[in-house]
Amino acid sequence: MTQPKDFRTQGRAWLENNCPADMRSPLQTEADLCWGGRRFRFQSADQETWLRNMAEKGWTAPGWPREYGGGGLDQEHLKILQEEMHRIGARAPLYSFGISMIGPALLKYGSEKLKQQHLPPIVRGEIRWAQGYSEPNAGSDLASLQARLEDRGDHYVLNGSKIWTSYGDLGDWMFCLVRSDSEAPKHGGISLVLFDMATPGVSTRPIRLISGKSPFTETFFDNARVEKDQVVGELNNGWTVAKYLLTHEREMIGGSGLRPSGEEPLGRIAARVLGLESGQLANPMLRGDIARLEIDSEALGLTMQRARDEVKAGASLGATSSVFKYIGTELNMRRQELLMAIHGLASLDWSGPDSAAGRLPRAWLRSRGNSIEGGTSEIQLNIIAKHILGLP
Amino acid sequence: MLQQSARDFLNRQAPVKHLRSLRDAGGSKGFSREVWAEMSALGWPAMAIPEEYDGLGFGFTGMGIVLQETGRTLTPCPLLSSAMMAAAAIVHAGDDAQKSTLLPGIASGEALVTLAFDEHTHHRPGQVAATAKRTAGGFCISGHKRFVLDGAMSDQLIVSARTDDRVPDGRGISLFIVPATASGITITPCQVLDTHVLADITLDDVRLPAAALLGAENEGLAILEYALDAGRIGQSAELLGVALEAFERSIAYLKERKQFGVPIGSFQALQHRAAVLFGELELCKSLVLNALHRLDSDANEIAATASMTKAKVVETASKATAEAIQWHGGIGMTDDFDIGFFYKRARILETMLGDRYFHLDRFARQHGY
Repeated sequence: MTQPKDFRTQGRAWLENNCPADMRSPLQTEADLCWGGRRFRFQSADQETWLRNMAEKGWTAPGWPREYGGGGLDQEHLKILQEEMHRIGARAPLYSFGISMIGPALLKYGSEKLKQQHLPPIVRGEIRWAQGYSEPNAGSDLASLQARLEDRGDHYVLNGSKIWTSYGDLGDWMFCLVRSDSEAPKHGGISLVLFDMATPGVSTRPIRLISGKSPFTETFFDNARVEKDQVVGELNNGWTVAKYLLTHEREMIGGSGLRPSGEEPLGRIAARVLGLESGQLANPMLRGDIARLEIDSEALGLTMQRARDEVKAGASLGATSSVFKYIGTELNMRRQELLMAIHGLASLDWSGPDSAAGRLPRAWLRSRGNSIEGGTSEIQLNIIAKHILGLP
Repeated sequence: MLQQSARDFLNRQAPVKHLRSLRDAGGSKGFSREVWAEMSALGWPAMAIPEEYDGLGFGFTGMGIVLQETGRTLTPCPLLSSAMMAAAAIVHAGDDAQKSTLLPGIASGEALVTLAFDEHTHHRPGQVAATAKRTAGGFCISGHKRFVLDGAMSDQLIVSARTDDRVPDGRGISLFIVPATASGITITPCQVLDTHVLADITLDDVRLPAAALLGAENEGLAILEYALDAGRIGQSAELLGVALEAFERSIAYLKERKQFGVPIGSFQALQHRAAVLFGELELCKSLVLNALHRLDSDANEIAATASMTKAKVVETASKATAEAIQWHGGIGMTDDFDIGFFYKRARILETMLGDRYFHLDRFARQHGY
């Protein structure tokens, strides 16, 4: 591998030449996020170029092995790449549950065939993945899930439903937890299977949230066909894979507690919106809460970095991911509360011309879900208490 | 390795029992000279002092690791006052003569130097009423310094005094190296709530040679703030040790103490509080490590880092030591049981060199709001 110092020089030059100027500014709206997939429409030619350039380099999944299209970087080089992207304010080229969730699970548990089939299209942003975990009667008690996988000789069929599928209506493929053995103990009869969401018998229905938006769907399975080679790990051993995948989801969600790349620090937003008196915000209570949040957010960033330094590239953080999930979501919720307070009455505007389509109140409302999705805060605290602190 | 050897030494030579016996003996000077001599033999006070002045040149990171361990055992010693803060001021601003006179003694542990800066009941290092007037041969200092860390045990004091009262806050303050035995100095020990001893020091026309001036005249506040920031970071390391030890002892107790026929650690009400605290402590570990590294590499930009670190660690340590008492129940309130010592030590470390409110305010100011 290239010496770290040379890698920095070369990486910097490459980014300079390959990151379009428009992709070096903070995200304005959710539509600026590039999710890829069959149905994705690029906002601009620059957005597409940036994805293509990064994908070609393997840097949409920089820590994955080269043989599956990744960048093959170790932890030290990954950190340099992140720093160099941060330096020029580069946007993430691709937001992807493929990269943050199913990819790591495939790398650890998937057959060679599944890796070859699914990983390269994830790196290129061609296939967008949806997660089929929760069910109407299996929320915090996820292992009580009932979606039923039946063996039909040369294939399986799936019946049942999932809920809280993120962007289920935009997903191309689904990784889905199903009950493959109803006789086995609760955790023992679960499998993780993959299928194309265009398969006959798979349908979705959007769920409207308090924010007025529908980032989740219900997903229904009516005799949907699942191929036999699309089981991740062994049949009926899906709970192990599912838990591993969840640690990656939780670490990803934990990142929401950090200041979004390219966004102004909260204190500076407050100073701009509210003005200063004698160099300070006039309300000392608000000022104190902002300072506390900025400190916590900085501390979370340092802690996530420390944890990544301590595990091998790509390895799971295990129960530590629950710490990040819990803290990160609590911080983002505090952040949204403070943004509302900073903007005062203007924060109530739902659709006015100056409201950016109610961006502020909708983000605030949406954030209430942060401590519920991906395992509630209470479930994370249970995991920390039992698996880290060893409490009975 | 350093951490383990420090832990082994302290558990053997100066565990919490040591603090208790100092307290019970009464009339203590605050720490044990014997234990200090052994710490010195291990090279602890030499850690952050450059090799050319008989130090080890390891920087502050190693010192932080040791302070975290003295925090775990609550061992009183002048590492923070002399080997970290005074040494930082002298290394940062001293001239060759001052460095070669003072640093080797600090490094060997034989000489103790401390900063004397607080004058009010609240930490306001920029508000200085003590004055230093120029004389034919140097300076003449008068003033009243309060709550001086290890002030009754130190050989030399580094005293802040106003040398120019025409300029407002910030400038016009200078630092002076003053022998504790100089004529005109009165030192009165003041024992605080866990047997640590601070000192109340009056200076009445104390005459000093010109060479006593540390750093440039009228520019002492910046030097003082740097040394205080080093101290705040060192304190944070120590506080982290206090908090971690109190937390770990309490978790062990939750597993062992039975009520209603089961360990109390099986109750979710306690499990969740423990889990939340665990996360906060993880944040504190990262802040402390980061601050120590920054202090060793980037000393000019240390103010915001020091305040960020101390504000958060204080808040967490205060919560951890208070929860420790609550989880232990009645026994946690008794003097016979050690856990109360952690609560007391956390309060002293919080209040010295700026409490959480001081540092939140300073952090916000550093960030332009």
